[in-house]
Amino acid sequence: MKIHIPSHLLDKIQTHGESTYPNEGAGLMLGKEENGIRVVESLIFLENAREEENQHNRYLITAEDMLQGEKEASRRSSSILGIFHSHPDHPNLPSEYDREFAIPWYSYLITSVYKSKPSASRCWRLEDGRESFSEESIQAI
Amino acid sequence: MPILKIPTPLRPYAEGQSTLTLPGEIVEDVLEQAVDTYPTLKKHLFNDEGNLRPFVNLFLGEENVNQLEGLKTPLSDGDILLIIPSIAGGI
Repeated sequence: MKIHIPSHLLDKIQTHGESTYPNEGAGLMLGKEENGIRVVESLIFLENAREEENQHNRYLITAEDMLQGEKEASRRSSSILGIFHSHPDHPNLPSEYDREFAIPWYSYLITSVYKSKPSASRCWRLEDGRESFSEESIQAI
Repeated sequence: MPILKIPTPLRPYAEGQSTLTLPGEIVEDVLEQAVDTYPTLKKHLFNDEGNLRPFVNLFLGEENVNQLEGLKTPLSDGDILLIIPSIAGGI
């Protein structure tokens, strides 16, 4: 599994994680999948809809935002490929909470942000059995 | 019959289909028909207790059925019911 992300979009994802620190930030990755390779073409940055006191370790994208995201993806002749979010002062590994609420097929890109500085991003997909994630290799293009 | 629109992530569990035309008078009927027809869809829509997973939302047009009558919301012929996930996660 591979996901290609233009470098400037990967930079924007990381800058977004920096801007929302110490809270989690999130948004949508739009693009296309061809021959098993996903290519991110654009991003939608969203407000973290969790209560403010919980935003340091939780994020929420509401169904209403997803509905608008689907419409925007359609306008851009694109699809929602996945979700990016930040882990403030934590590794870029999916947590048990991530797993519990994850949806198969989507790419989940997680960026660690340590002391307000973004570090590496890694991408994951939930396995069909819902018990674990597999890593999807990121290629910056 | 009502039409159930399947989001991209769940299409592999419905033989790749983006819409399903299913009999049913209320939202609950249509969901039951969907998972009876495509059993692998079930674990992604319902938890082990048989309740709708918290991130599964159903929209009738622009309205979340939670703001109508929930799973008991009546449906008419040709109504389009959308499954829209909400996304959550964290540390």
